[in-house]
Amino acid sequence: MIGLIRRIRDAGVLTMNRRNAEYIMEYNNRRHYPLVDDKLRSKQLAEEAGIRVPALYCVIEIQRQIRRLPELLAGRDDFVIKPAHGSGGTGILVIAGSQYGRYRRANGTLITEDEIGHHIANILSGMYSLGGQPDRAILEQRVEFDPMFDHIAHGGVPDIRTVVFRGIPVMAMVRLPTRRSDGKANLHQGALGAGLDIATGETTTAVCLDRPVTRHPDTGAPIAGVRIPDWHDLLTLAARCYSLAQLGYLGVDVVLDYHQGPMMLELNARPGLSIQLANRASLLHRLRRIEAMERLPHNPEVRAALAREMFSDPE
Amino acid sequence: MKNLHLKIVAFTLVGIAGLLMWHKVANLGLPLTPEEETGIWTVEARLALQTDGGPTQVAFMIPRDPSGLNVLGEDFVSGRFGLARESDAVNRRALWTARRVDGQQTLYYRLQVADAPDEAPEAIAGAQPAFPPVPDYAEPYGSAAFTVLEEVRQESADIASFARRLLLRYYSDNPDEHVQVLRSGIDGERAHIENVIHILAGARIPARTAHVLHLQDGMRRGELEPYLEVHDGSSWIPFDPQTGQRGYDEEMLVWYRGEAPLVEVSGGRVADIGFSASRTFRAVVQVAQQRAEHMGSRVLDFSLFALPVDIQNVYHTLMLVPLGALVVVLVRNVVGISTFGTFMPVLIALAFRETQLLWGIALFSTVVALGLAFRFYLERLKLLLVPRLAAVLVVVVLLIMALSILSHHLGLERGLSVALFPMVILAMTIERMSVVWEENGPRTAITQGLGSLLVAVLGYLLMNYEPLAHLVFVFPESLLLVLAVILLMGRYSGYRLTELWRFRMFFRDRKDQA
Repeated sequence: MIGLIRRIRDAGVLTMNRRNAEYIMEYNNRRHYPLVDDKLRSKQLAEEAGIRVPALYCVIEIQRQIRRLPELLAGRDDFVIKPAHGSGGTGILVIAGSQYGRYRRANGTLITEDEIGHHIANILSGMYSLGGQPDRAILEQRVEFDPMFDHIAHGGVPDIRTVVFRGIPVMAMVRLPTRRSDGKANLHQGALGAGLDIATGETTTAVCLDRPVTRHPDTGAPIAGVRIPDWHDLLTLAARCYSLAQLGYLGVDVVLDYHQGPMMLELNARPGLSIQLANRASLLHRLRRIEAMERLPHNPEVRAALAREMFSDPE
Repeated sequence: MKNLHLKIVAFTLVGIAGLLMWHKVANLGLPLTPEEETGIWTVEARLALQTDGGPTQVAFMIPRDPSGLNVLGEDFVSGRFGLARESDAVNRRALWTARRVDGQQTLYYRLQVADAPDEAPEAIAGAQPAFPPVPDYAEPYGSAAFTVLEEVRQESADIASFARRLLLRYYSDNPDEHVQVLRSGIDGERAHIENVIHILAGARIPARTAHVLHLQDGMRRGELEPYLEVHDGSSWIPFDPQTGQRGYDEEMLVWYRGEAPLVEVSGGRVADIGFSASRTFRAVVQVAQQRAEHMGSRVLDFSLFALPVDIQNVYHTLMLVPLGALVVVLVRNVVGISTFGTFMPVLIALAFRETQLLWGIALFSTVVALGLAFRFYLERLKLLLVPRLAAVLVVVVLLIMALSILSHHLGLERGLSVALFPMVILAMTIERMSVVWEENGPRTAITQGLGSLLVAVLGYLLMNYEPLAHLVFVFPESLLLVLAVILLMGRYSGYRLTELWRFRMFFRDRKDQA
């Protein structure tokens, strides 16, 4: 029993209460939240800073614009509609083609234009935003993700979540959609999280619905040992987002586009804790090591290199 | 120290709440538990006078700060007399004066006292009086007195036991020859006490008579009984002269002390004096209020009892909300159960107070389930958010109404209380639940729904715990304690119980992992 208590204490798991009290409140100035909560603004800022993001097609701000939906969608059958203030990956509609005059969603089901219109109306009326505030809908480029994940992803866009603390990437995982998560790369909706070795960008352990797994539940392929290409660029991109968002404790979601390489998808001021389960590693130990450092390098590339060096040894 | 500021604030709150509560309990006698009743004596002294027709003055002893009893109030029925009160170090007197009164006059003095929660005292505080000089006894009284005193001294350890031995010997059923000498020619209980005081003076022990009313319910014509009080150097110790028993009983009211007569009349004579008493029971809270008023304390003016009764009833409920909030804080931040809406369960718990638990759960589940079914149908109509919410609200009202009417016809009057559910909150819950249902699947939705219900039940159990409800209502400052706990919880950064389960893979034994 005493051994268990000691193990619990020494495990150094970053818990929800501690994350909120000691990291989010300490390092994240509330003033900068609107920037990351509004995906449109973070997208525009990133573009200005030269960080690659999926191309913006258009923004729908008022109900009336929905009537002009056929015009807006004309000639497009490959796009993503998402709320600017969506939380937890809700309200994202991925269209990947059309068939018989209807649109085909990423999960294979067909959807009419009217239904898309209703979905946008829901977004505008604030159904997916925090606190039900009226929202805007973003229509943007659908990322054609790198086929390297095809064997361990099911109907959706896998993305890479990196937790960046004071500008240094501390932990990363790749989030792989499953049938259960309905193509969404959100862990609490059932997506699979695979830990990434910060030094090499190679997948290690994985977790699905808080349970350790070694194979993808839908494809059956083993998860470990997949190497993310352009790993250093990806880490540098994540590190750069720190100066963009001004948040000390930040989650950066990146997708790998087959043609264009790593793209920033969105930023998160309150990144979840499951990344620890995916990596079988404690965030708290890593955060403490960075907290102990007084001076940190400015150059994002140096910071990425520092992270690879610091967190190369598995604890 | 970590979070020093917060800790200082929290401990200050605890300190303020503790002090206020202590004051109310210790000094005003407010009860910490509900349903406490205290006995109240209403004592009345009736004084019938036969006046001479000229100026009349009546000086009547009245109790002064009786020990072991709390004075709630007193009043005088003075007729045509003017009233003044005067007091000295020991006694208090009512002075009734009139320039011209004729014939029979009756004066009343009425006193209300409540049992004090602490026991009847065995000693009454009082400064050391002057030691009486040794009297110049006549013989053979003197030698008898000194012999008895000397023998009693041999048998006793201190002043108290000395007095007790003396009383036992003096009031013995078969007195010895010395005592017979001492008692000879003395008649009446009062005279005997004064005789004992006279003997005690031979040992230079200060003593005095206390005139005590032995309270009995329904007493019509009570009389004062003399008691002996002996000063032992630090306080007065009362003795029942007949038995040598130390201390006053709870039913004893010391009317006055000393040798002076109970009543002095000039311009008339006392036709009759009678004491009556009756006992009633009242809630301790009311007694404390009356007492605070009598003492001129302002604290209870700021209590909820100062409000009109219907508003008080509102506060009976309102004061419980912070307790519910505390439950929510504990369940969410320490246990880690998620709920729909932060304080929705508190409002549901308040509704449970009216519907009672099982009915509440059944009615709540029914309304939410039916509302959800309707909400899924609405989804097909593809309505905008606010009209959709409004539609759900209308349906919730209709459902509640239908349930009331149905249960009324079925003779289940309890079902009528469904009307007390917070409709808007129910509508929001249904909306949130259906969104979660679609986004995260029925499992999450039902888990969160059950979580909300669980918190509501816990909140109900806590809020319906009578002693606690009493405590927050009688001592609203106890909410400062709740606030302090909530503030401290605000910086709790440890594990939530559910996280121990979620991160269990981190806590496995290294050996198991290998």
